[in-house]
Amino acid sequence: MNGRVIDEVAIMMSETDNVATVIDDLTEGRGLTVGDLVAVDNETITLAEDVPFGHKIALTHIAAGEPVYKYGEVIGEASSRIEPGEWVHTHNCESRRGRGDIRTEDGG
Amino acid sequence: MAEFTGYRRENGRIGIRNHVAIVPTSVTASPIADQIAADAGRPARATPHQMGTSQPEAAREQTERTLVGTGRNPNVGAALIVELGIEDVDAEALADRIARSGKPVETLSIRDAGGTRAAVDAGVAAATDLVAGVRDARQESADVSELVLAVECGGSDATSGIAANPAVGVACDRLVEAGGTVCFSETPEFIGAEHILAERCVRNETRERLLKRVETRENAAKLMNVDMRGAQPTPGNQKGGLTTIEEKSLGAISKGGTTPVRGIVDYAEDLPVGDGLVVMDTPGYDIESVTGKVAGGAQIAVFTTGRGSTTGNPIAPVLKVTGNPKIWDKMADNMDVNASTVIEGEPISAVGVRTYETLRDVADGELTAAEQHHLEEYAINELQPNELVDLRGTV
Repeated sequence: MNGRVIDEVAIMMSETDNVATVIDDLTEGRGLTVGDLVAVDNETITLAEDVPFGHKIALTHIAAGEPVYKYGEVIGEASSRIEPGEWVHTHNCESRRGRGDIRTEDGG
Repeated sequence: MAEFTGYRRENGRIGIRNHVAIVPTSVTASPIADQIAADAGRPARATPHQMGTSQPEAAREQTERTLVGTGRNPNVGAALIVELGIEDVDAEALADRIARSGKPVETLSIRDAGGTRAAVDAGVAAATDLVAGVRDARQESADVSELVLAVECGGSDATSGIAANPAVGVACDRLVEAGGTVCFSETPEFIGAEHILAERCVRNETRERLLKRVETRENAAKLMNVDMRGAQPTPGNQKGGLTTIEEKSLGAISKGGTTPVRGIVDYAEDLPVGDGLVVMDTPGYDIESVTGKVAGGAQIAVFTTGRGSTTGNPIAPVLKVTGNPKIWDKMADNMDVNASTVIEGEPISAVGVRTYETLRDVADGELTAAEQHHLEEYAINELQPNELVDLRGTV
């Protein structure tokens, strides 16, 4: 597999990512040993909620408006502050593309 | 290893199946085509669709190009065009365009035949003769370099980008290395990943065209003042863990492999043979997208799915590859390659080799799960009013 496996239950696709994809149904309170894979204060992050197979968790603090990285690329931006161990999905991560509902300076 | 046995056609192309295509020119003629194919036996395959008897010119041309390409596909040994008789699409003209590839083509008008029952009888008689004729098709050994592979994904989830798509990408790289052709598509699913594809374009012209097509698809959402997020990623994709179109796209493009992008063609336009990786500008709707690439000349398709799509195609075998272990457990009956082993640690390259070997076996005649279940979806992309306006602007 491309990327690195965290504790056999999550995959970080690129070393610059701030999220990982879980490859099992994980429950709230589960600790993940990330070691020195990511620049967080602790070597362990704890899941703040249940996260189903295939979904993402934050590995670091991500401030509102900051990019979310997977595959070493931007997949969207945080719509609110995200803490390590939180589930990252449509409720706190938004696309920057194809947004006819918003207008920005560059028209999109 | 690099060879398979196929059907050599008059125009030099090699088919991996030996079908008689029963091609209706409209939705009205479609149930008749279905009945004819059912009664004429398995080599006969109908391509029923939803296009009306009248369409704006550019939309009609795309319908015609798709129907002609379907008939010309090397997997088709002979074709029967079925019309009601009031369609704008001219059945005789379609037949002539298909016949230029050297295969027998007949036409049938439901009106001229005297209604449904007479048309089915006449159609079954004509199709039965065509079926008898294709039995004499010349079989010979062919090299994988003669294959045009359509690559598709549908019902994507997080495993698609992690396991199935990169594994299929390895198989694509091997086919390109062997001199074959790979075509991937679904332009809306380049949004957010187009910078990576653009860098891989061998020519500036291709790069500019590709970026323009992505922009057009993205603008379609903006012009309507709607947010793509309800539709892309789809609600199913979202349940599978895909949050944004960027995430979906970045996972999706890996299914085409890593070789240079050598060109971009329109929906259902003829694909080059032996020219490596080519992009087709298609919508994200998988059935229409596969139909477009098969009309472009692809003899075989590989289709990745995380959520368990079952779809096939009447003309080209469609191999299913899943990276989701739960889907492999529950739906192995509909799957051809298990890529979920990647999640358990099998190297992507090894799964890619298995996929490549399965492709060769299917080219050699082994039936895919979709073929065994007679799953033969076919849908033509109908140009929408906003697209017709765009076309007028770019002529």
